[in-house]
Amino acid sequence: MEELPAAEADGAGPAGPVDQAGLAGPTDQVGPVGLADRTGQAGDLADTVIATRALTKRYRGGQLAVDGLDLTVPAGSVFGFLGPNGSGKTTTIRMLMGLIEPTAGTARVLGQPMPRAARAVLPHVGALIEGPALYGFLSGRDNLIRYDAADPTADPRTRRTRVATALDRVGLTAAGGKKAKAYSLGMKQRLGLAAALLQPRRLLVLDEPTNGLDPQGMREIRALIRELASDGTTVFLSSHLLDEIEQVCTHAAVMAQGRLITQGAVADLAAGTRGRLVVTTPDTGDAARVLKEQGAGDVVITDDRVTAEQPPDRDLADVNAALVTAGVRVRGFGVERASLEDAFVALTGEGFDVAG
Amino acid sequence: MSQAEAVEQGGAIEGAGKAGKVREAREARKVSPLWTFGLLRSELLTTFRRWRTLALLAVLAAVPILVGIAVKIETGDGGSTGGGGPQGGGPAFISQITNNGLFLVFTALAATLPFFLPMAIGVIAGDAIAGEANAGTLRYLLVAPAGRTRLLLTKYATTMAFCLVATLVVAVSALTVGALLFPLGDLTTISGTRISFAEGLGRALLIALVVAASLIGVAALGLFVSTLTNSGIAAMATTVGLLITIQILDQIPQLHAIQPYFFSHYWLSFADLMREPVYWDDLVKNLGIQALYAAVFGSAAWARFTAKDVTA
Ligand SMILES: Nc1ncnc2c1ncn2[C@@H]1O[C@H](COP(=O)(O)OP(=O)(O)OP(=O)(O)O)[C@@H](O)[C@H]1O
Ligand SMILES: [Mg+2]
Repeated sequence: MEELPAAEADGAGPAGPVDQAGLAGPTDQVGPVGLADRTGQAGDLADTVIATRALTKRYRGGQLAVDGLDLTVPAGSVFGFLGPNGSGKTTTIRMLMGLIEPTAGTARVLGQPMPRAARAVLPHVGALIEGPALYGFLSGRDNLIRYDAADPTADPRTRRTRVATALDRVGLTAAGGKKAKAYSLGMKQRLGLAAALLQPRRLLVLDEPTNGLDPQGMREIRALIRELASDGTTVFLSSHLLDEIEQVCTHAAVMAQGRLITQGAVADLAAGTRGRLVVTTPDTGDAARVLKEQGAGDVVITDDRVTAEQPPDRDLADVNAALVTAGVRVRGFGVERASLEDAFVALTGEGFDVAG
Repeated sequence: MSQAEAVEQGGAIEGAGKAGKVREAREARKVSPLWTFGLLRSELLTTFRRWRTLALLAVLAAVPILVGIAVKIETGDGGSTGGGGPQGGGPAFISQITNNGLFLVFTALAATLPFFLPMAIGVIAGDAIAGEANAGTLRYLLVAPAGRTRLLLTKYATTMAFCLVATLVVAVSALTVGALLFPLGDLTTISGTRISFAEGLGRALLIALVVAASLIGVAALGLFVSTLTNSGIAAMATTVGLLITIQILDQIPQLHAIQPYFFSHYWLSFADLMREPVYWDDLVKNLGIQALYAAVFGSAAWARFTAKDVTA
């Protein structure tokens, strides 16, 4: 904390150790609000891009949608925001974007309080919230021109070029002149993404960005996200596609019923759930017996595969040797790494029904 | 400068230079206060390019054509046109059309002001916020960030621009039809004095402006209703419903104590501009009522919209 005034004074370089971004308090370390926007640098001093404290939203109907959320999104991360349907992800994003007022708690985006500093913060934020929304009677290009005109910090002289670039980035150049009501679901989604990319952004907030996209589209979007992240843009991404999160995200948080269950680096989340040992063999019965003898628990036979929990204190090479010694014909032997999906289900439960 | 750019571009080729370039772009962003009017321009373009807006204007343009043709046919039969304008409030402009086509302008404005014009305004104003909420585009305008106050002011300005355009469409259509079907020339005011055609034209323009200003109250009311709901159709229907209700209540004699506060009560006072000298009392009262409605419902709309949860 004490280095901060110095860092502010020369206005450059990272402030303090990175892990000061710690989970609890230090959101207040961000400098004076006005300064942060004017220089465009003070925001970089903060190592958290989104920080909420005890953020709570109760809708007018009485529904408690978000309950005491403490979220910390490190700068430069690609942050996956996970949770079952109705767990409060979109509600959180609405609060972060100043669309709805929190019932309690605070949210800071790019170091400034939301929704109070919305006009200073939001020009640096590109957002896709609950799917795209377009003017059906306007062409795709004119939709982007309209959204760009709504931003008082967008230079009208470069508008057409920026719109063309954004269309190109999402592969819509050829369809840019078509009326948006004639767009397919995926084309609308792409146009919504293009709107988020009209300006260089410091933060992108994407609520289910690949919804409705074809496989090429999804790959493109993933590549785009990686590219943006390598340019230093922080990406906050909500999705139900856990493969996708695993492929692109560095960090993730999991919500359930309005509460934050966990947050941290993706590798740590998946590592929390241990991988399973998998043996492929025609002699499944023998293999299962040997694995049990070797101390593996929860042995399951499916077709020509035997899976089991890894024996806690044995080298896997010894386990393999034991199988071969016992005359088991081993076709394949390995550890199936726990996927984020396993971790997700372990955290949020198997239940399929949406909580009321 | 060009050297610095060259260095910047050279750096961009390597991956490491990219982050620097993005940062450069962010810091270089200088904002001109004039850009804030980009939203108004966009709003005007978007509104006046809509098929619905054009259809409303087409209906308004058709009214003088129908009135003109009807008058022409009736006088062609040799019969005289019945006196008395529509709604009882309008003076006998219609009987003068055959002598002077310019009177079709006054007649058309008197015919459209009680219902067609405010209905069109109700549609535009009612849809202003609610329509955007309904389509979901409101949230993207707000995160752009349009700014709630700025967006509301833009919407109100656009609605007023529509009031003016709609009135002028009626007036110009009426003038065109009047010139085509009837003679033009000096005209007689309500007070019986003669004024030149040029001065008559000036009065017509003034009347059109007053008629447009008479719609300010409905526009504010419609905009307020528009902030209350997420359904554009509901907002339009409510605004038009209120309009009809007020018009009916304005006819009930027992309510004369509150009638001066109805936004439509002094609407037909624009005819007083055709007196010699002009009789200002009701004109001023009309403009006062419009200002009052604009202030009250404008503030209410602002209070509601700036505090509203936008979830649609
Ligand atoms: N406008 C609203 N009014 C009242 N309750 C709402 C509103 N929007 C959402 N909710 C409730 O808030 C809770 C959280 O909803 P939210 O949309 O944030 O979930 P989500 O995590 O985005 O779900 P999904 O994965 O399906 O998009 C749900 O119980 C939902 O019913
Ligand atoms: Mg959602």
